[in-house]
Amino acid sequence: MNQIEATFIQSLKEILPPDRVLTSAEDIVPYSFDGTAALKQRPGAVVFPLTAEEVSECVKLARRNNVPVVTRGSGTGLSGGSVPLSGCLVICLVKMDKLIEVDEKNLTLRAQSGVITKEIDDAAAKVGLFYPPDPGSMKISTIGGNVAENSGGLRGLKYGVTRDYVMGIEVVLPDGTLTFLGNKCVKDVAGYSMKDLFIGSEGTLGIITEVILKVLPRPKARKTMLALYDSMDAAAKTISAIIAAKIIPCTLEFLDRVTVQCVEDYAKIGLPTDVEALVLMETDGHPVVVEEEAAQMMALAKANGARDVRAAADEAEGAKLAAARRNAFSALARVRPTTILEDVTVPRSELATMVAFIDSVAKKHKLQIGTFGHLGDGNLHPTFLTNERDHEEMHRIEIALEEIVDETIRLGGTVTGEHGVGLAKKAFLKRQLGEGSYELMRNIKQALDPQGLLNPGKIFDPRN
Amino acid sequence: MPSANLLKSIDYSVLQQCMHCGMCLPTCPTYVETKLERNSPRGRISLMRAVADGELEVSKALSDEMYYCLGCLACQTACPAGVNYAELFETARAEVEQAQVNDGMQRGFWRWLSLNVIFMRPWLLRVIGRVLRIYQSTGLEKLMRKVHFFGLMPRSLAALEPQTPHISAQFSDDLIWPDEVPKQSRGYRVGLLTGCIQDLAFSNINRDTVDVLLANGCEVITPRSQSCCGSLHAHNGELELARELARRQIDSFDLDNVDAIITNAGGCGSHLKTYGHLLHDDPFYAAKAKQWDKKVKDIHEWLVQIRFRKPTAGAGVGEVTYHESCHLCHGQRVVSQPRQILNSIPGLVFKELPESNWCCGSAGIYNITQPEQSQKLLDRKVENLRQAGVPVVATSNPGCHLQIANGLRACGSHPCHQVTQPVTLLAQAYRAEQQA
Ligand SMILES: Cc1cc2nc3c(=O)[nH]c(=O)nc-3n(C[C@H](O)[C@H](O)[C@H](O)COP(=O)(O)OP(=O)(O)OC[C@H]3O[C@@H](n4cnc5c(N)ncnc54)[C@H](O)[C@@H]3O)c2cc1C
Ligand code: SF4
Ligand code: SF4
Repeated sequence: MNQIEATFIQSLKEILPPDRVLTSAEDIVPYSFDGTAALKQRPGAVVFPLTAEEVSECVKLARRNNVPVVTRGSGTGLSGGSVPLSGCLVICLVKMDKLIEVDEKNLTLRAQSGVITKEIDDAAAKVGLFYPPDPGSMKISTIGGNVAENSGGLRGLKYGVTRDYVMGIEVVLPDGTLTFLGNKCVKDVAGYSMKDLFIGSEGTLGIITEVILKVLPRPKARKTMLALYDSMDAAAKTISAIIAAKIIPCTLEFLDRVTVQCVEDYAKIGLPTDVEALVLMETDGHPVVVEEEAAQMMALAKANGARDVRAAADEAEGAKLAAARRNAFSALARVRPTTILEDVTVPRSELATMVAFIDSVAKKHKLQIGTFGHLGDGNLHPTFLTNERDHEEMHRIEIALEEIVDETIRLGGTVTGEHGVGLAKKAFLKRQLGEGSYELMRNIKQALDPQGLLNPGKIFDPRN
Repeated sequence: MPSANLLKSIDYSVLQQCMHCGMCLPTCPTYVETKLERNSPRGRISLMRAVADGELEVSKALSDEMYYCLGCLACQTACPAGVNYAELFETARAEVEQAQVNDGMQRGFWRWLSLNVIFMRPWLLRVIGRVLRIYQSTGLEKLMRKVHFFGLMPRSLAALEPQTPHISAQFSDDLIWPDEVPKQSRGYRVGLLTGCIQDLAFSNINRDTVDVLLANGCEVITPRSQSCCGSLHAHNGELELARELARRQIDSFDLDNVDAIITNAGGCGSHLKTYGHLLHDDPFYAAKAKQWDKKVKDIHEWLVQIRFRKPTAGAGVGEVTYHESCHLCHGQRVVSQPRQILNSIPGLVFKELPESNWCCGSAGIYNITQPEQSQKLLDRKVENLRQAGVPVVATSNPGCHLQIANGLRACGSHPCHQVTQPVTLLAQAYRAEQQA
């Protein structure tokens, strides 16, 4: 194992108090992984800064000593973004958890990047405001991690993704410079939109230490519905019909049979386990509009072959259903020891084709796949249920994955809709982007981080 | 004693079950306190897995971590992946005990005295209870406090002294006949577990339990001088002693002739329901233990299952809130039943407690072994009770009951001034019917 130098540790302890510099095996083994299956690497040290200045000092020190830096939020990432490199320094931001300001006049919210996503929305809700992006992991993911991955959520169809809410960020650059990009202005065309470069950069270009987010008035009403189907095709048709009727619901989430069974096994909320597809629909906004849209959506679901459609009795029941959906991924882990999750996304019109294709791949390679995802935005999560110790099966998964990726690209889709490239999708990136934009990305990395200090080897391999 | 690497020998899939998604982190009291992964469920599981994989030595630091864990099992409720944290946790504690990485002379002595001697011998426990009762009732207690006797003891023990349960004037065997028959039978016959701490400090609650069962047409069989259920041992790494106690418990009941074995202490119940696993490779007891698991029922669970009779009189209380014992809600998943019981009592106004299922810090003997973290959790609970602003809190585990009572007493003025249990309130309501 690549040991980190004792003198480097000593210098870290001059920047931070010793209890915020972890090096013993018992302390750092738990930072060897994120939420991604089968990836594991023990870091050299883990530090917990409280301020942007401390982050900057740590980065400068790492730069002088040529120690790679991996930034970490809560480690819920699903592409290996915060999985350490051997002997690296992990800068974990969970203790930078101050909510700085809710500005009701400008409809903005300012927070340190270690604040938990749900706490952002809770703080907004206290004054009748709303922070819409709600990744499944919102109870524990950090806002910094969300920005770094440009995370989506269950409300993406109507409200977009994290990027749509980032107005400004404070960031520490690979040379240790601390700078602020963006502001509270709705309009701003002063030069390149630099903040956008850092959104979704997966910790490879800079360390985000603070964010200014846009918030909205909280919708007055919300209605949650469930539609059950005996065929995936009927579910996909419903989605198309809803969009064609000029309705943009906030949520159209889908679970296949395997996923429904696992979720029910965990949550015990009385979901039927004999359906081929379950679609969770939600509309929010003005109470009158919500009632009208909900009625229309339920009618469309029925007309397009739903076996059963029902509305949640109240907000509490609706919230329960949404919470159950958020647990889908982890609940799938009940079936087999290892759960490998994909994130392929295709244009909405190709959804049914893609789902059918995934099904055929599973059959062909005799694999168990549970699929769920964001139907409204074409983002699917086919999840392989397997055992990492079964090498023969893992090999078949590799082949199946190749086929799924090829089909995704053929349909004009992307290999990752919201989880990022990290380590997990690295092999497919060039194929999807093509030479030109792939090299453009590497040039940008090279320009900002010539030393390859920040999260090297993520997204793409370093040049030479 | 077997000396194999215990974590290596458990089914690897139990360790693998954790897919490190982190969904349990916000529910773990120790993680929320420190925000360090090693203090989280997924961090602890990763340490266990590293030991099983031969990548990490069993060290004092590992042992400290396993004892910093409350064993509250909030992570088990939160985990969508179905991780069996209880088994992992017990195995890990047994592993560190076996490796003897933690043996100071003093710790060794107190552990041995309590786990191997006192809690293995029901008669001895009750003798100690009698001595304590005399101590508390003769004014000796006040005198000792006056002369600062406890200042001479190790800090953690001295801090514990005011927490010593007030010993009941009579133990369960004095209050409950071995076989009590209801006036109007519904054909049920159940066995009653009296517990050890419950018996010493709350024998009246055992009486209440019997009364409630009788009022619902159940014949109640209560064997004399019952032993400890072994949960204390299992949670503290003494699995062999726990097995011995499990066998004794099983032997004290005629399983074929009871419909259920009733427990009224959340912490015991959670362990009692896992005898099947504990004894799964015992050639004589494996089958019996399985049958046992099926019959053990928490009192609230049983009452709701047999559709208990709603009382027609009140219990003399108004607003009541409810604190969930970790091992009742997380360990046994008994969540709605105690609330249903409270809600059935005429005149009682039930009000939810914020964070009702957040550990109060009692956690077995955690308040002795980790006084600081225990106090933080108690402060949090007391604050939530203040928020609820209700005069009465009900709970259903002797450890929680004592811990919360101590916490409330220590803060002098507090809106909540009575700690009781759902069965007690229900028993009072039934008794009030007689007087009406
Ligand atoms: C059960 C579950 C459900 C999920 N559901 C969704 C979902 O619905 N939608 C979705 O998009 N994702 C989802 N995710 C993935 C994951 O939660 C998100 O990617 C999340 O944004 C990661 O946040 P984190 O704080 O855990 O970051 P980490 O995992 O710690 O880090 C993620 C990446 O961001 C970098 N990073 C973290 N913080 C910073 C910072 N301050 N500055 C610069 N770089 C940083 C890291 O280096 C790493 O590359 C889910 C994950 C789980 C386990
Ligand atoms: S214990 Fe469960 S919830 Fe926690 S990280 Fe592991 S799988 Fe996820
Ligand atoms: S048992 Fe409680 S303290 Fe221990 S890891 Fe689980 S939630 Fe945390």
